Amino acid sequence: MAVTSIAREREHAIFRTCSATGLKVDLAAERLIIANAVVAVVMLLIGGIIALLLALTRWQAIHLLNPVWFYRLTTIHGIDMLVAWIVFFEVAGLYFGSTVLLNARMVKPSIAWFAFVLMLVGGLMVNVVVLMGGSDVMFTAYVPLKAHPLFYLGYILFAVGALIAVALFFVNVVVAKAEGRYEGSMPLVVFGLATAGIIATYTLLSGALAFVPAFFWSLGLVDNYDPGFFRNFFWSFGHPAQQINLAAMVAVWYALAFLTVGAVPLNEKLSRLAFILYIFFINLGSAHHLLVDPGPSFAWKATNTSYAMYLAVLGSMIHAFSIPAALEVALRRQGHKRGLLEWLRKAPWREPGFAALVVSMFVFGWIGGVTGVTIGTEQINMLAHNTLRIPGHFHATVVGGTTLAFMGLTYYLIPLIFRRELKLKKLAIWQPYVYGLGMALVSVGMIAAGLQGVSRRHWDVTFTQAPFQSPVPGTVHLALAVMGIGAIIAIIGGTMFLLVVLSSVFTGKRQEATSVTLVVDPPPFLGYMSEKEEKDAQLQPRGTFVIVLVFLMFFAAYYLSNWWLLGRTWMVR
Amino acid sequence: MIAPPRVWWKPLGQLERSWLLIGLVWCIFLTAMMPIWFFLGRQNVPATTYRATPEQFQAQVNAMIEQYKVGEERGFPIVEPPPGSDVFIQARMWQWYPIVKLKKGETYRLHLSSLDVQHGFSLQPMNLNFMVLPGYDYVVTITPTTAGEFYVVCNEYCGVGHHLMIGKIIVTE
Ligand code: HEM
Ligand SMILES: [Cu+2]
Ligand SMILES: [Cu+2]
Repeated sequence: MAVTSIAREREHAIFRTCSATGLKVDLAAERLIIANAVVAVVMLLIGGIIALLLALTRWQAIHLLNPVWFYRLTTIHGIDMLVAWIVFFEVAGLYFGSTVLLNARMVKPSIAWFAFVLMLVGGLMVNVVVLMGGSDVMFTAYVPLKAHPLFYLGYILFAVGALIAVALFFVNVVVAKAEGRYEGSMPLVVFGLATAGIIATYTLLSGALAFVPAFFWSLGLVDNYDPGFFRNFFWSFGHPAQQINLAAMVAVWYALAFLTVGAVPLNEKLSRLAFILYIFFINLGSAHHLLVDPGPSFAWKATNTSYAMYLAVLGSMIHAFSIPAALEVALRRQGHKRGLLEWLRKAPWREPGFAALVVSMFVFGWIGGVTGVTIGTEQINMLAHNTLRIPGHFHATVVGGTTLAFMGLTYYLIPLIFRRELKLKKLAIWQPYVYGLGMALVSVGMIAAGLQGVSRRHWDVTFTQAPFQSPVPGTVHLALAVMGIGAIIAIIGGTMFLLVVLSSVFTGKRQEATSVTLVVDPPPFLGYMSEKEEKDAQLQPRGTFVIVLVFLMFFAAYYLSNWWLLGRTWMVR
Repeated sequence: MIAPPRVWWKPLGQLERSWLLIGLVWCIFLTAMMPIWFFLGRQNVPATTYRATPEQFQAQVNAMIEQYKVGEERGFPIVEPPPGSDVFIQARMWQWYPIVKLKKGETYRLHLSSLDVQHGFSLQPMNLNFMVLPGYDYVVTITPTTAGEFYVVCNEYCGVGHHLMIGKIIVTE
């Protein structure tokens, strides 16, 4: 390990050179990445244990928790997963992208630690307040359902911390450029993270707009807080927050594609355009949480969810082609050129990062993306709003997609950043498949139940203690059972992940990484294509083209059948 | 992951161009479906909304019950307002009030509002869902096309009795 100290403008950054990649790693950045990633994984652990309890409660045949604890733990699950696990990991990713990938230094480590403490204190505050009772308001905290003032304060502290971290990312990138730490353009992975950072900035500011008044209202300093306004502000935060995840996840996909098969983007222009579409259009999609709210007009709803949102969908359609195409071309260049799909058969399926990439893309696109666009359609939303179809959709996106992609990347951080040998490789090889299968079942089960009208965040589909009991068809119980069984499988997959990570970090041999891959031989580094290669018919991503056409047909079938379903219900206007 | 060469602004490949075009057409179709359905479809999202304080709304509910009450079930009054009229359903922790009786094929203006926190109006098994907020009177113009007993589930979390909140709509031939 080579360690150098580079003094610039009174700053002293101490670098080591990674023996596997040749990248320079600022040790201060490394410590921050480790701290944020560790907290993220601990949050995932807590949220995961809770997830099992929730799923076993909603699985009506088991009905584990009592209502108070079901609602309380649903609140905590939403916060610890969607907010804590995802954002802490993203902060680790932002620091990684803005320092390690650019050979650059962490510009202000002390401020980054301050941001870390703010986020940690904020997150713990919310957890403790909810556990103490009296703040069972779900992570959406819709006013006028009131929580303890510290609940809102915790949220605010967390958001401020995250905002500082995002600002530091931009500072790092700008300083890296100014100091000439890297040559050529910014790598696409960093570009994707920068997209996430830009979206994060306006998202977190909207979060402040929602929660600061709510904090004063909970203290009794403000009398009335209009619930419609709160919903609008909240979702200007809550929805784009998911797009941060999306942009970060796509960046991670590109990273995994490079690490596991040496894939480089086929056309930087197109891939970057896709990210830019996200920046401009995706935040308008937040309106699709308000589709059946009183207030906004048809035109407001349709414009916000469609015009703009579908250009963001176009961004995703581009990635849906570009990333598999990059994999295909890389594998074809390694000699797997025969037919349409030889490259797919010869792909490194045993490599955890590759498996995580493919499973994550599949669950995200085929289940999460298709259902998301469908339920986000103004009129179709009447069939889906607040039913289990909603959690069904986002357990495919942020859980099967983003979380699995982040898990995949974590395996590579262990040798490269933690500098430990990866233990329990067998488990790591299987983990993405087990987890992906479980999450796919959870999502499909939830969607199937939601299609039959089962409500989300609901303790009892049978209404045994209520004045009336609506009949519950057997197919509802079946769907909930699929969800419950999927949850058990997914939790096994999650446990496998935690076992691999924890045992590697705490008991793995300390060593310098020698290879970027974990199981298979590292891919040959072929770099960008030459002019001649670009013209070679054998290197065209024809297999991917067929796959995405099949995908589009599936998408169209699901989408159109929802219009058909809508056409059968009562007339309403 | 690595920095690309300085000049990466190059034309798209054949397949990339085709996919981009297909994607764009698909997105335009998705966008067009909403206005098309708005003009041709029979299920559209209601937009009529009034402001109503909980007191005002409750007064309207009570006036309707007084005028059109036809019976009672489990302590809930059953009302049968004439076709075409305004029907008021109030949400509060944790009941939908009152039970309403409608005629198949007739159109009603269903007013939804809450006296306390946010609730979710979820008509089952038709599976039509709307938000109900305090301070807002959301007018859902509805025409039942099937007869029978229907249930109104609350599908926005509204406190620890959320799963006790269920109401009823009866549709007669
Ligand atoms: C094994 C993994 C998981 C299982 C089995 C699981 C299961 C569940 C269940 C049963 C619910 C309650 C649904 C309802 O009644 O409305 C839920 C809610 C939720 N989950 Fe998960 N979950 C898992 C992982 C995750 C992860 C990793 C995230 C985020 C990254 C996440 C985010 C959420 C959110 C945001 C909610 C909604 C909470 C609310 O409605 O307020 N889940 N999950
Ligand atoms: Cu309710
Ligand atoms: Cu409720």
